[in-house]
Amino acid sequence: MARGRGTLRRALSPGVLAVLLAAAACARGGPGRGAVRLWGLGREGEVVKELLPAFHERYPGINVEVQQIPWTAAHEKLLTAFVGESLPDVAQIGNTWLPEFRTLGALEDLGPRVARSSVIAPGSYFPGIWDTNLVEGVLCGVPWYVDTRVLFYRKDLLAAAGVAAPPRTWTEWHDALRRLKARAGPGRWAILLPTDEWAQPVILGLQNRASLLTADGGDAAFRSRAFREAATFYVDLFREGLAPAVANTQIANLYQQFAAGDFAMYITGPWNLGEFRRRLPASLKDAWATAPLPAAGGGEAGGPGVSLAGGSSLVLFRSSKRSDDAWKLIEFLSEPAQQVRFYALAGDLPARRDAWSDPLLSTDAAARAFEEQLGHVAAAPRIPEWEQIAQKVAEHLEPAIRGVVTVDAALEALDKDVSALLTKRRWVLAQKAAHAR
Amino acid sequence: MRRGVKRLAAPFAVNALLVLGAALTLAPLFWMVSASVMPTGEASSFPPGFIPSRITFEHYRDLFQRLSLGRAFGSSLLLASSVTFCSVILNSMAGYAFAKLRFPGRDGLFRLLLLGMVIPVQIAMLPLFLLMRSLGLVNTYLGVVLPSAAGIFGIFLVRQFARSIPDELLDAARVDGASEWLIYRRLVLPLLKPVLVTLGVFMFLGTWNDFLWPLVVLTDDTKYTLPVALANLVGEHAQDTELMMAGSVLTVLPVLLLFLGLQRAYIEGITAGGLKE
Amino acid sequence: MRVETRRGTPAEARAALFFLAPGLFVIVVFFLLPIAASFLLSVTDFDLYALADPSNARVTGVSNYRALLSDPVFLTALKNTLVFVLLGSPLTVIVALSAALLVNARLARAKGFFRTTFFAPVVTTLVAVAVVFRYVYHPRFGLLNRGLTLIGLPAVDWLGDPRFALVAIVLLAVWKNFGFSTILFVAGLQGIPESLYEAARLDGAGGWQQFRRITLPLLAPTMLLVGLTRTIDYFQLFAEPYVMTSGGPLNSTLTMALLMYKEGFRFWNMGRGAAIAFVLFGVILVATLIQFRLQKGGET
Repeated sequence: MARGRGTLRRALSPGVLAVLLAAAACARGGPGRGAVRLWGLGREGEVVKELLPAFHERYPGINVEVQQIPWTAAHEKLLTAFVGESLPDVAQIGNTWLPEFRTLGALEDLGPRVARSSVIAPGSYFPGIWDTNLVEGVLCGVPWYVDTRVLFYRKDLLAAAGVAAPPRTWTEWHDALRRLKARAGPGRWAILLPTDEWAQPVILGLQNRASLLTADGGDAAFRSRAFREAATFYVDLFREGLAPAVANTQIANLYQQFAAGDFAMYITGPWNLGEFRRRLPASLKDAWATAPLPAAGGGEAGGPGVSLAGGSSLVLFRSSKRSDDAWKLIEFLSEPAQQVRFYALAGDLPARRDAWSDPLLSTDAAARAFEEQLGHVAAAPRIPEWEQIAQKVAEHLEPAIRGVVTVDAALEALDKDVSALLTKRRWVLAQKAAHAR
Repeated sequence: MRRGVKRLAAPFAVNALLVLGAALTLAPLFWMVSASVMPTGEASSFPPGFIPSRITFEHYRDLFQRLSLGRAFGSSLLLASSVTFCSVILNSMAGYAFAKLRFPGRDGLFRLLLLGMVIPVQIAMLPLFLLMRSLGLVNTYLGVVLPSAAGIFGIFLVRQFARSIPDELLDAARVDGASEWLIYRRLVLPLLKPVLVTLGVFMFLGTWNDFLWPLVVLTDDTKYTLPVALANLVGEHAQDTELMMAGSVLTVLPVLLLFLGLQRAYIEGITAGGLKE
Repeated sequence: MRVETRRGTPAEARAALFFLAPGLFVIVVFFLLPIAASFLLSVTDFDLYALADPSNARVTGVSNYRALLSDPVFLTALKNTLVFVLLGSPLTVIVALSAALLVNARLARAKGFFRTTFFAPVVTTLVAVAVVFRYVYHPRFGLLNRGLTLIGLPAVDWLGDPRFALVAIVLLAVWKNFGFSTILFVAGLQGIPESLYEAARLDGAGGWQQFRRITLPLLAPTMLLVGLTRTIDYFQLFAEPYVMTSGGPLNSTLTMALLMYKEGFRFWNMGRGAAIAFVLFGVILVATLIQFRLQKGGET
């Protein structure tokens, strides 16, 4: 039983130490003050570290610190860092987020730098992808890797169902799905379309030339004839029993079920090239293939239908104190050789067209569908609220999928919801117009 | 004959139920420790097992070397210690004042403060973040510590306990000419030791386990506390069960040990404070 | 409340100022002021545009609150939070009381050990535990389903099925928190004089009657304390859904605190986020008052 005074004194010393340490730590020096800070998201954040030794060899004076942030927390981390004035120098940002950060004034205009650059030229990139980096005419980022959605399908099951080639139009597609379902029987389906994903209905809308929003992004346009047709086509796939009404979380193991033939088609992105190869049993190695998405319409045999122009870009933050060094890093990561290396490590498709001529990609049959598709991509509306709107699309279509409401009712509710969401944007646009006069 | 069986059955039933309850309570924790030393992939095997086929510490090595969780451990330790130190001092001073110093409006003020206990902390979070920004304290340890440096619950706890200090003792010291600060330091603090231990353990636990505020304030992964680093890990390594379990063990073990060491005082402090009214 | 027999001196009052100042300063500046600011935020439409240019923030009065009332996602979050509290609170009380009765029973052995065991989950870090339970709830490899199938019950997709996800989180919350309430109940039980039970036994009352007539009524103050603290705590549910389900599947585990975080920090709709926080506060206040009245009114 220690005496009161003694205990207090003994408690004070480590406590004082703690406070001093805390005070010291609150100084915002942090480790490596002179380094270029890069934030990588998800797996890319881990993989990019392996490209850095080569960068350091070329520029020994520049240190790079990579921080990896999971996708689930990335959006809020970036925003809180902006508010807290603790943004890094360079970051990987999903290209649908570029409009937001442009609105915040967080991103440096990269136009002048690109104009002077010998490494980066707009012409070397897929036009649809380069476009997504232009917000209100200003170049906000440099595309790093691309992501688009194509059809992954079971060749063997399709052939057994009597369909010779992957479908190229909605009509052919619908027909193929019916045949696949007829062969699959109860408890299995033709195609997997997770109900909590917004990409599929949005893609179908874009294919059918729906604008989704009004031209300036000030109001919703989900009740347009074009989108209604697309949404009806989408919902009917579930109503006819061609796709199960399940969300991503309810799928126990996607790869096992694809291998078992529970569904024969799946719309997904490039990361699944590697995953399919890794996780499907060896016996099915040649049983699956990829194809560009079918186009809307019945009888046209033009190119494939459009898909989403997704992917991530590298951005330079205006608050960066080492922008020239940071730009060198961006240029480095945009070199064709580095793009190919990155693909080899992460499975992310290069944004540069010339990188695709590398044997690693040119001999990959499954990747070729992506190359073809990348020539036909469209961007989602480039406004800050898009992330929220996209979620609402999935949320509102879900009851229609389950048959609780009609498609028209769902679209009306979606339209109203999004319109309310865009109230502020309309006001801001009106203000800008008033000021311009 | 029936009486005799009944007399045997009753203690058996009670203790069997207790054992069952304890087993159910400890099962997840036991599995957590067990899985953390399993070889990779074994924790996700079917059927799921409880006992590792062999013990390996590779995941702990991984955590410290590749994922620098040791740094997060240090951050948590630093923050928990700082908050404990500050809050014990500030809360005990205020709690003592509310209990034993007489001044106008004392009880009204205290009751007003009590009302604040009902307010969920999340309300303050957004403006608090903006406040930290204007003070330049975003992404700093001080920014994490300051809001917890004093709290209504801590003051309440100390005040309840301090009320039992006899007024005569204090008045006698005042008559002898001692200053209030001297009385507090020499007379009151030693008497408050039990509740201070409870308060200290409570604040240490609370800060160590705190998740939302450090998540929001700290943007640098070199400063992450253990819970934030762990949540970050889940985002990317959800399939590495054994690795995640090792991270959980690392997070939970220190406070569990602290609790086991000081449980008597801690529990006494809670029950005394909770039931006296 | 004690009646003061002597009034303080001015010196005492000055000392009180000195003693109170640091603590109250922290509480006012870092807690009360932000709450007031939050209220102000909630009547504006402060969002990303305002972050870019403060002149883009407008005072909008109650329109945030009105918009919430017609927002299906908000109503879902409100419903989920209420369901969670209505399921979790009584369940925790029942489990805690049962554990306390067992630990306190005359026939129980190693009471200290069992008491510590039941309390252990309280001390653990919520995030760490949520991570562990993510695996315990795994449909194929999880312990819970293994246990269920061993006794012949069907396996459940705890975190993937919208019907069960909230229940899974309730179970986690009960597991984590019942120990604290058990301790309080044990203390309460020990405060009941043994003589009352003796008298009842002599009168021929059985175990159940003793429980109903003596234990429950005399435990009422503890019940009130436990009930209130659980309710207030459960209304603020955030970390479990954040770590385990992100509010899914299909928003079935979206709570108000989680929604506030998403609106405020993920989309930076600060005005809306603050409004959600205040509605949450209002709901907690009302629920606490109701519970207080009900439980206090019950005791005569």
